[in-house]
Amino acid sequence: MASTYTPIATTTLGSAAASYTFSSIPSTYTDLVLVGNASTTVANGSITMQFNGDTGTNYSYTFLYGTGSAAGSSRSSNAQIIGLMGFAAQVPIGDRAMGIAQLQNYSNTSTYKTVLVRNNPSVSSTVEAAVGLWRSTSAINSITILAISGASIASGSTFTLYGIAAA
Amino acid sequence: MFGIMASQITGHLSTNSYESIATLSGTGSSGVISFTSIPSTYKHLQLRYIARDTRSTSGGNTIYLTVNGDSSTNYSTHDIEANGASVAAGAETNGTRVNFGVVTSANDGANMYGVGILDILDYQNVNKNKTFRWLSGFDTNGAGLLRFISGAWYNPSTAINRIDLNATSGNWTTASQFALYGIKGA
Repeated sequence: MASTYTPIATTTLGSAAASYTFSSIPSTYTDLVLVGNASTTVANGSITMQFNGDTGTNYSYTFLYGTGSAAGSSRSSNAQIIGLMGFAAQVPIGDRAMGIAQLQNYSNTSTYKTVLVRNNPSVSSTVEAAVGLWRSTSAINSITILAISGASIASGSTFTLYGIAAA
Repeated sequence: MFGIMASQITGHLSTNSYESIATLSGTGSSGVISFTSIPSTYKHLQLRYIARDTRSTSGGNTIYLTVNGDSSTNYSTHDIEANGASVAAGAETNGTRVNFGVVTSANDGANMYGVGILDILDYQNVNKNKTFRWLSGFDTNGAGLLRFISGAWYNPSTAINRIDLNATSGNWTTASQFALYGIKGA
C-alpha cells in the first residue's frame, strides 16, 4: 500500500507578517493537516484561517476550552475567520502557541468544508479545540493564516501543511 | 491534538509509516459502513470521515462503532462535549457499542457534514483491552457540537479485524466518506 501523510509545504517566517498563504494546494489528497507553532506581536493576538481568499462572513465555529480550573464553550456564526490559535485566550507576545487544523475532504465540491482544530494558545492559559465550517462547495486551494486583533504573526513562527490521500 | 494523530505519535511524522487501507462511501440506502478483513500488519489504526445521515432531525445525530461484529455488552464510552454555550460530560458502561460520535442529519443545512477522527491503538494486540480516542463535531452556522470521546472494547485476547460504523437511524448519504489508515510500528 502506498504511504501517505505527505508534507506539501513548510515555512518559517523570517520576519513578522500580517499573514502567510499556502497557495496552489494540489487537489490530489483527501485531507489536509495544517500544523502551526507561532506567536504574535501584540499581547492579545489570535491566529486564524481563511480559505481561497474568501474574506466574507462565510465561516462559523464552535469551541471548547479548559483553563485549568473551569471548562467552557462558545461559538461564532457568520464569521470572517476560523480560529487556529487563541479562541478563548489570546496568544501572548513571545509565547509559543501550537495549533493543528484537520481539513477533511477539502477538495470535495459537493459539501461545505468542516474543520477540526486543536490548539494550545499559551503555556500559561488554556487548552482549546474547535469545529469550524466554511460555507463553500469550492475545493480549498489556498489557506491564508492571518493574525487578528491588530497583531502580526511573529518572526520564527512555523507552519507546515500535510496531505493525506485515501485509497 | 485530535486523538493520536500520526504527527503526534512520533513528534515528527515519518511519512512512510502512514498508509491508506481502504475508503468507503455512503450509498444512500444503508446506515452501516463496514471495514472488514483489516490487516494485522500495522501498529495503530486511524479512521477519518465526513458523514451525514438521512434521519429527519437536526442538531447532531449519533454515529457509533462496533468491532469484530461484537454487539454484546463489552464496550464503555466516556465523552465531553461543547455546544457553544455549555460543556457537558457523559458515559455509557456495559454498552453494546462505542457511542457518542456526532454527525449531521437531513434537517441540517444543505451540504453540511459532521467530521471525525478515530484512533485505535495497538488494535492487533492480544494481551490487552482495546481503547479508542475519537474527536468529532459539526458546525452549521447557528449551532455546533464538538465531542471528545474515549471508549474501550473489553476483549484483551482478540485482534480487531473489522470495524462497523452505524448511523442511529437513516442511511449514510452518498457524499459521506470514511477512510481507514494504518500506522506502522518500528
